[in-house]
Amino acid sequence: MSSVNSAHSVVEPGAMSKRIAASIVIAYAVITMIPLVWIFMTSFKSPPDSISYPPKIMFQPTLEGYCNLFTTRTRQTSEYIASLGTPTSTCDETTRSRNMVIAGPSNYWPRFKNSLLIAFGSTFLAVSLGTLAAYGFSRFRVPLADDLLFFILSTRMMPPIAVAIPIYLMYRQLGLSDTALGMILLYTAVNVSLAVWLLKGFIDEIPREYEEAAMIDGYTRMQAFFKVVLPQATTGIAATAIFCLIFAWNEYAFAVLLTSGEAQTAPPFIPTIIGEGGQDWPAVAAATTIFLVPILVFTILLRKQLLRGITFGAVRK
Amino acid sequence: MPKFRKETQVTSVTDTSSSILGKAAQATPAPLASRIRGISDRTMAWLFITPAIVLLLAINIFPLIWAVYLSFTNYRANRPNAPLENVGLSNYSRVLSDPNIWQAMQTTAHFVFWTIFLQTLIGFSLAYLIDRKFRGHAFWTTVILVPMMLSPAVVGNFWRFLYQPQIGLFNYIVSFLTGIPPSSFEMLGSVQLSPWAIIIVDTWMWTPYVMLICLAGLRSIPDYIYEAAEVDRASLWRQFWSITLPMALPFIMLAVLFRGIENFKMFDMVTLLTGGGPGSTTEVASITLKREAFESWRTGRASAFAIILFVAVFGLANIYVKALNKVKQR
Repeated sequence: MSSVNSAHSVVEPGAMSKRIAASIVIAYAVITMIPLVWIFMTSFKSPPDSISYPPKIMFQPTLEGYCNLFTTRTRQTSEYIASLGTPTSTCDETTRSRNMVIAGPSNYWPRFKNSLLIAFGSTFLAVSLGTLAAYGFSRFRVPLADDLLFFILSTRMMPPIAVAIPIYLMYRQLGLSDTALGMILLYTAVNVSLAVWLLKGFIDEIPREYEEAAMIDGYTRMQAFFKVVLPQATTGIAATAIFCLIFAWNEYAFAVLLTSGEAQTAPPFIPTIIGEGGQDWPAVAAATTIFLVPILVFTILLRKQLLRGITFGAVRK
Repeated sequence: MPKFRKETQVTSVTDTSSSILGKAAQATPAPLASRIRGISDRTMAWLFITPAIVLLLAINIFPLIWAVYLSFTNYRANRPNAPLENVGLSNYSRVLSDPNIWQAMQTTAHFVFWTIFLQTLIGFSLAYLIDRKFRGHAFWTTVILVPMMLSPAVVGNFWRFLYQPQIGLFNYIVSFLTGIPPSSFEMLGSVQLSPWAIIIVDTWMWTPYVMLICLAGLRSIPDYIYEAAEVDRASLWRQFWSITLPMALPFIMLAVLFRGIENFKMFDMVTLLTGGGPGSTTEVASITLKREAFESWRTGRASAFAIILFVAVFGLANIYVKALNKVKQR
């Protein structure tokens, strides 16, 4: 580094090293996005285009994948199809051009709704219970607090299949197998450990003088908690909620073992989407795209809190 | 582990006697102090903590104890009415002497070792480059972070398409770059390549995770240390080995811990990508456990295996955390 270059600060990297760093990082970012871009592109391909060799980068975009994702179809004779009236939608039209007619809606939308219900339900419960417990651990002298907190964390170390065996038996006894309630309770239990750890960190950062001042003014502990602490902890609670939501949204192991129909979520359903002769890749890609978009939005919203969330609050910026 | 605050309400107020509030509290007579606390702190504390603990006891601890109990029996979940026999430790001894299970442990170890090695290497390098603070580094960091937030199952399922020998993008790119015909190798169908197929996907997904933690480590190093090194005319190479790496080490170790635990439990991505195949070349511990419990329905034996896995993760993590704390204190 020349002395002129480093005049303002000796640790500022030189322009050349910055340029090299930028090009390597950007190259990595572009390569890492290829599979995701490919998913997105495949969702707009027709089935023959999706399995052509060499893989097609330029293609005629179509909504066939999305049509196939949301419908079930049956093969019919061309005479029968000709006897039908004019197609009522573009989906109708593409389906008929493949000598098929739409028989009804597919299971994707019910599965997607299950995912929404279970993810939001369990997040709400986990964050509520987690906030209370985190406040308790942060502000009161709890006997064996360190042990309890470590015990809460250690429940995350169990392989999901190991937990699933007894849960499976317990739910069978209680009639909770394949119910949304069962899945909500299970995901709540898994997420509560994350919620307690993250929220305790956030609440620790709120000066306790605020509540004490409120209590001197005549608030009870509960009023102080709801009117002083909760508003201060909003950012932390929101970040924690998004982390819980992402976990419940993405979870597969419990979902595939404990649900089979009624309460099945989208992740175990998507791999089972098949067309004629194997997986219907444009439909799978369409399902994947729809499923991933909410998470992309959340990642952008969360980017400042991400580090804290993924390390259980062990690393704070 | 963060230290729990030992001080009570009142002492904490007195501790901050420099503040106006502190002075006010000191001036507050005792009866008022007890009145504002309302119910005793102990009752209050339990009121806040109990709901979460009850849920964890019901959904985590009770089933775990049940699993421990089942591991000493010959219970089979597909025959719930068969007579239950106490078989003592035989489930444990069978699990520990089963060559298939040792094979699965070996596969898991291979997977965990290589994913952690690659992710740490690439993740740390990326973090080091991003820390050069070039223009737009915040944007590109966010782009790089995307894969780790996605569902491993859903993405793993799609990678199966990318790995298709003739039509898949992965084989096409490899053949484009190297000239090997794209249908001459099968990432998922070959005994040699399939362990690497799952390592590639895991590395793609989780390198950003390691990168993010390493970046926090690099940013925690104060500038004045580098300034002092510049004054001493230490070379960049020397600065890296004597300042950057040792000071970022606790963060790297933390990332390795989290990735190690997660990959030891790995189930979803591998299940959808290879299902443990071909044969059992990618059958990691969780997949073996799933087959024992939900395909062979040997619930007792699977429970024994589950307990062994849990104790192994828990024990290794504890030893590792001790080492981590030692590094931190240096």
